[in-house]
Amino acid sequence: MKILVAVKRVIDYNVKVRVKADLTDVELANTKMGLNPFCEIAVEEAIRLKEKGVATEVVVVSIGNKASQEQLRTALALGADRGILIETEQVVDSLSVAKLLQAVVLEEKPELVILGKQSIDSDNGQTGQMLAALAGMPQATFASELTIADGQAIVVREVDGGLQTLELNLPAVVTTDLRLNEPRYASLPNIMKAKRKPLDVKTPEALGVDLKCYLKVIKVEPPTERQSGIVVESIGELVTKLKNEAKVIG
Amino acid sequence: MTILVIAEHDNVELKPVTLNVIQAATEVAKVTGKEIEVLVAGFDCRAVADQAVKANGIGKVLLVDDEAYSSQLAESMSSLIIKIAAKYSHILAPASTSGKNFMPRVAALLDVAQISEIISVESENTFKRPIYAGNAIATVQSGDTKKVMTVRGTAFNPVDSNEHSIVEIVGVETPDVEKNTGSRHVADELVSTDRPELTSARVVISGGRGMANGDNFKLLDGIADKLGAAVGASRAAVDAGFVSNDMQVGQTGKIVAPELYIAVGISGAIQHLAGMKDSKVIVAINKDEDAPIFSVADYGVVIDLFEALPLFEQEL
Repeated sequence: MKILVAVKRVIDYNVKVRVKADLTDVELANTKMGLNPFCEIAVEEAIRLKEKGVATEVVVVSIGNKASQEQLRTALALGADRGILIETEQVVDSLSVAKLLQAVVLEEKPELVILGKQSIDSDNGQTGQMLAALAGMPQATFASELTIADGQAIVVREVDGGLQTLELNLPAVVTTDLRLNEPRYASLPNIMKAKRKPLDVKTPEALGVDLKCYLKVIKVEPPTERQSGIVVESIGELVTKLKNEAKVIG
Repeated sequence: MTILVIAEHDNVELKPVTLNVIQAATEVAKVTGKEIEVLVAGFDCRAVADQAVKANGIGKVLLVDDEAYSSQLAESMSSLIIKIAAKYSHILAPASTSGKNFMPRVAALLDVAQISEIISVESENTFKRPIYAGNAIATVQSGDTKKVMTVRGTAFNPVDSNEHSIVEIVGVETPDVEKNTGSRHVADELVSTDRPELTSARVVISGGRGMANGDNFKLLDGIADKLGAAVGASRAAVDAGFVSNDMQVGQTGKIVAPELYIAVGISGAIQHLAGMKDSKVIVAINKDEDAPIFSVADYGVVIDLFEALPLFEQEL
């Protein structure tokens, strides 16, 4: 079984983002970048399926500028077999990403596509569902457990009230939640090996996808800061303040 | 053109977050003069429609009662919504795990953008939404004729209820909706509790890694009982295995904005703050006076939580 994993280059999750002075975006210049954490979980899950003998090949795909090759190499170092970069300098929104991935799905014919549930930059959480809709595949979002058996994917999902289990026909789309697994670290020999793994570069034009901008960002601003309050001396004083000053308890 | 709100429910009860989404829809209606309709899609869910008609400001409730929607799977829900989408300019659903599951599919099938988790309505086509876990707020403008969006419930007040509603329930037959054959619902393992839901509770008390183990969360129960509060947890407490993930408050868990949020033994990692910093009053109880949680708290007490909690319960 072939697994396709989509990954995204984002600002490293440890970096505190700052809004640019002209309020057009957050500061990206000279900012440490990394693999989106949810994508890393997706890569790890695919590799584990390969180690179990369920998957035969793990293909990673990313959409972005040339620098996104770094994240593909990271995924290859973790154990993916080959990479595809759809290279563009444009900012691509979720629906266009889904259309590009759909074009890759048509070429690669994977039986399972795994994506992160959202990227930690735009926080949209849309791509997997959109791809599933375009590809006519069933979907399971927010997965915390994934089992492949008898040509089906059994997925435990994290939903608001607890957990939900679904059974999907393959091919299917699964998006990862945090508890699905703990990604490994790439070893030095594997990082070296990853440099020699195949990495194809394609263009949106070659895939026949027009990168339409569906949603325009007209302003990015910092959130309103919360003023810090006071430190009280005792629990007794706290309760008094909550009753008489804040008036939030009776 | 009309505005459509997708109701959140479990076939029995209308989830309160629906009323917050109707408020967001009302703000769109104010600038467009359009009417709001609410879709209740489920199975044996007439009771939900009966609750939905009471929401102030709506014109009609559409009821789709069919076994195909019993678990509201994304495939079925999106097929249904695109089938009835023609007359709507705006389609809104809560940014719950359910809304987030089917709404992007709806958008993709309609070939429009989906706008995630809006926190304000600026105009008919312009909305604000948090990005980077709330560390920045983006104003986005849609060029699509249909706006498909999810709404962060805590950013909008719920609309009032009207017990004497004359809003009618219209049954919708959907024989030609494509049947979902790709996915099947196997089981739900829902955590049952007598307490209010985290996202709609007036008071939330959450424990962090400082609670030391799952048993100690019982110390929060007495206080929660007295305050009618929901009990939450930080991701650190969930990752440490103290409590289950459905209790998690934070960027990767639930976003809450109660009138009173009490953080106990929570240091205040950015990811936790992203989930609760819009609460009206924040209380921090922590023995580490340098904990970042104090920088967002209205009232802080530097005290060992095991000493503080019994006292707190007693004082209430």
